[in-house]
Amino acid sequence: MTGITGPEASAQPAIVIRDVTQNYFSPERETLALSNVSLEIAQGEFVAIVGSSGCGKSTLLSLISGLIRPSRGSIQIAGKDVNGPSPRAGYMFQKDTLLEWRTVLDNVLLGPELLGLERKAAQRRAEDLLHRYGLGEFLRSLPGELSGGMRQRAALARTLCPDPDLLLLDEPFSALDYQTRLALSDEIAAILTGERKTVVLVTHDIGEAISMADRVVVMSRRPGRIKSMHSIAYPSFGPQRPTPFQARKCPEFSAYFQLIWDELDIHQVQ
Amino acid sequence: MAIDTIAAATAQTSPSPGPVMQSAAYAKYLRGLRHRTRIVQTWQIGLVALLLGVWEIAPRAGWINPMLTSYPSAVAKTLLVMLQDGSLVLHTWTTLIEIMIGFCGGMALGLVGAVALWSSPFLYRVLDPFIVVLNGIPKIALVPIFYIWLGDTASIYAMAIAVSVFVTIIMLHTGFDAVDADKIKLVRLFGASHRQVLWKIVLPASVPTMVSTLKVNVGLALVGVIVGEFQAAKAGLGYLITYGSQIFKMNLVMAAIVILAVISSVLFIAIQALETIVLRRSGSLRSSD
Repeated sequence: MTGITGPEASAQPAIVIRDVTQNYFSPERETLALSNVSLEIAQGEFVAIVGSSGCGKSTLLSLISGLIRPSRGSIQIAGKDVNGPSPRAGYMFQKDTLLEWRTVLDNVLLGPELLGLERKAAQRRAEDLLHRYGLGEFLRSLPGELSGGMRQRAALARTLCPDPDLLLLDEPFSALDYQTRLALSDEIAAILTGERKTVVLVTHDIGEAISMADRVVVMSRRPGRIKSMHSIAYPSFGPQRPTPFQARKCPEFSAYFQLIWDELDIHQVQ
Repeated sequence: MAIDTIAAATAQTSPSPGPVMQSAAYAKYLRGLRHRTRIVQTWQIGLVALLLGVWEIAPRAGWINPMLTSYPSAVAKTLLVMLQDGSLVLHTWTTLIEIMIGFCGGMALGLVGAVALWSSPFLYRVLDPFIVVLNGIPKIALVPIFYIWLGDTASIYAMAIAVSVFVTIIMLHTGFDAVDADKIKLVRLFGASHRQVLWKIVLPASVPTMVSTLKVNVGLALVGVIVGEFQAAKAGLGYLITYGSQIFKMNLVMAAIVILAVISSVLFIAIQALETIVLRRSGSLRSSD
């Protein structure tokens, strides 16, 4: 996977979303969740999508995952049309959705098991991931014995175990307490930069988005449209990328925060 | 580095029992707990003794007619005689086997039905009102019909199954429906088929529901078997109760009821033990007390 560094390969975007519109029907009403959304995401890019609740950002993630099909428009991953869930995309939920009846190791092996991957190699990778995330002692524990942060790291290991190129994160930190959340986003940023994955993070937390992402996409309220995009850079920190925690202390952080806050019109709702 | 900080932070909250210093106040608290448990148990034993005492004395003292109530020593004597002539084992065994068949049959059919309804929302929408109505019909009304259709033995099994199967379907299906949608989404994202969703998520997630259904069904199977035996049987505790009351031998009736109480206690304890084991293994019960 990491061998794709040639100019042709990197020229092809990881994700192309073209004129996607999504309707939901219920007996009471028809809801237009997304309206003419177009977006390109480059290989290895970390994109955060922010918007107030009900703006269709989670719908967009479900569409990219292939779990639902768009009413109109098309979505391509690595140049191929999305026709259903693909092992190349890993998904992380708001809740850890660990299965209480399986050990931590067996939870991480769920993906390889369902995808029909070779058990031995998968188990080595799962154990390796869990050791790296500080869960080495808990391989045979049930999720009930783990704290919230540990559970979410186990969920990350489960997502990464089949080695996806693309990660879809659906507010994966919002169920955690504030300290764990900051520490975990630092960790996950470090892991993901190391693995050079393409990441789409959906969140309503502006700080989280601008501290982690290369680019922030702001979505308008229903029907969801792309309102604006911002490339995030921290020149004051130097040539390297700051960790999310360091980014929060940079002067650019509060400038970006103010900018996006104003665009979200949050005060109008309240 | 960041990983280390989290590991350290979570280590404090992780439940590792380890060697704990026991303070005097804590020891006192534990003693208090044990003391209260002993008082409760003493009262429970005392109540049983009181009941048996009154039951023994009242007929002997002539306060009530012993023809109507019999008394514990007479019931004990009857039980002893029955044990010696082998009829105790015969009747208990007959009823026990019927309970087991009815219980397992109701559970199995209920499970199959609930899985079918879960698999096809269309089927569920069509059948839902019928199942609710069938569950509402007093099954006792069906005893004579079952007897005519199925004969003496099979009608008892049918009764025990009929009493439990519909409520099993309803309880299990409700449980299947309540399984966390995100967990189903999770395995579907890994490309799981309908069958895999059932086996990997829905069934294991419903283990606590299955255990509570078992608990309900033990009681229902007992009811179904005894009612079935009233009509049809030539052996069994339900037969003993009808037979005893027809020839006005209250000793026999009371003996049968005592055995039924013992059976239901044993089954209850067995289910309780099963529940603890299963729920602990399925992760629904923390290893704390």
